[in-house]
Amino acid sequence: MSKYLLNKFLYTIDRDPELVERYRADPRGTVAWWEADRANVILNCPGGERSTWLEFTQAEREALATHDYVRLFELGAHNFLTLTLFIALFERDYAEPLGFQREYASRLRHWTVPYPDIAT
Amino acid sequence: MATVAAVIASTHHPFYYRASRSAGPDRPPFADEWVAKIETFRRTLTRARPDVLVMVGSDHFHQLWLDNMPQFLIGKAPYYDANFYNEEREFGLPRMFLKGHEELSAYLLREGIDAGFDLAFSNELRIDHSITCPLITLRPEADLPIVPIYTNIFAPPMPPPRRFVELGRTIRQLVEAWPGEQRVAIIGTGHLSLELGGPRQFGPHGPDPEFDRKAIGWIASGDLGSALAEVSLDSLWEPGNATHGFMDFMLMMGAAGANVQADYTDSLDLFHTMEAYFTWYPDGTGAP
Repeated sequence: MSKYLLNKFLYTIDRDPELVERYRADPRGTVAWWEADRANVILNCPGGERSTWLEFTQAEREALATHDYVRLFELGAHNFLTLTLFIALFERDYAEPLGFQREYASRLRHWTVPYPDIAT
Repeated sequence: MATVAAVIASTHHPFYYRASRSAGPDRPPFADEWVAKIETFRRTLTRARPDVLVMVGSDHFHQLWLDNMPQFLIGKAPYYDANFYNEEREFGLPRMFLKGHEELSAYLLREGIDAGFDLAFSNELRIDHSITCPLITLRPEADLPIVPIYTNIFAPPMPPPRRFVELGRTIRQLVEAWPGEQRVAIIGTGHLSLELGGPRQFGPHGPDPEFDRKAIGWIASGDLGSALAEVSLDSLWEPGNATHGFMDFMLMMGAAGANVQADYTDSLDLFHTMEAYFTWYPDGTGAP
């Protein structure tokens, strides 16, 4: 499990308005580009000093490529990162205030505590 | 020596700024009551006549990240820019620019480390809504120098609750021993029960009203004994998956002192959270 890398994807997409739109429009393509080009960038280091070992599992890649926030929850992605990015992606499609957030909760309603572990 | 003019603990709801400024059909039905409560709460800081604000909060994965995550960090910079793109996007928060108090930052770092806390520091820190929300509610002029203190309530492994209490107690002692005549307010924000990104989020009340009722009682009466007996890193997952923010309230209980009754207590049962507001006046100045 590479929960850290899932979180790194959510974190780096969420903070960049262009990447938010790109991920909304083309999730599979954005995930493939990000894993190839960005996954091993250490955020506070020059590009030449990259990591060499980070990659998604197939389940993680597929959850991101299908915008499957229920699966991300189950894989232990950080709940705050997933929620924040997915609000940016989909809140605009709902007429009612908090409509997306309530649907999000409803789709997770089969879960009770303890939730999947988010420790990295 | 400096005076601790007020100790203030509250929730930090990022929707307040937008709700308080909305008008017409966009104004939510709870906005008027919320604004009235906040304006009363604001006067509890104004009455204390502070010169400097020590602000305790938590970075929400903005500048601090999992490749290098401090547990407790003090900003030491002459200025702080504040709020991030995703907070503008989701909450409509404004960009802000705050003055720092480097001398007090340096003092708290040195003395805090000597007191047994291996504090991290930052000389270039962008502040997020855990600190800007209480400025918006309590001091919207944002005209006083601040010392930001960040805690990790977000990314396991986190420090245990007792460590938050001890840090709060130490901050209070250090401020009281700070040479000078300044009036310092210690302000910290956290959460009661809270769920984010889980099945209990955005319900009609907070995810665990019973926890909220008990927690407000502990804070208002300074009942650290009960809070520490009932709250652990493991137990905090139960009331809601973002409830570890309650540890910042426990830090503030440490700053206020064990079994010291708050001079001002208020709360507001909003959709999806219980908002709560507490003020102590250690020197009695602002007390009614």
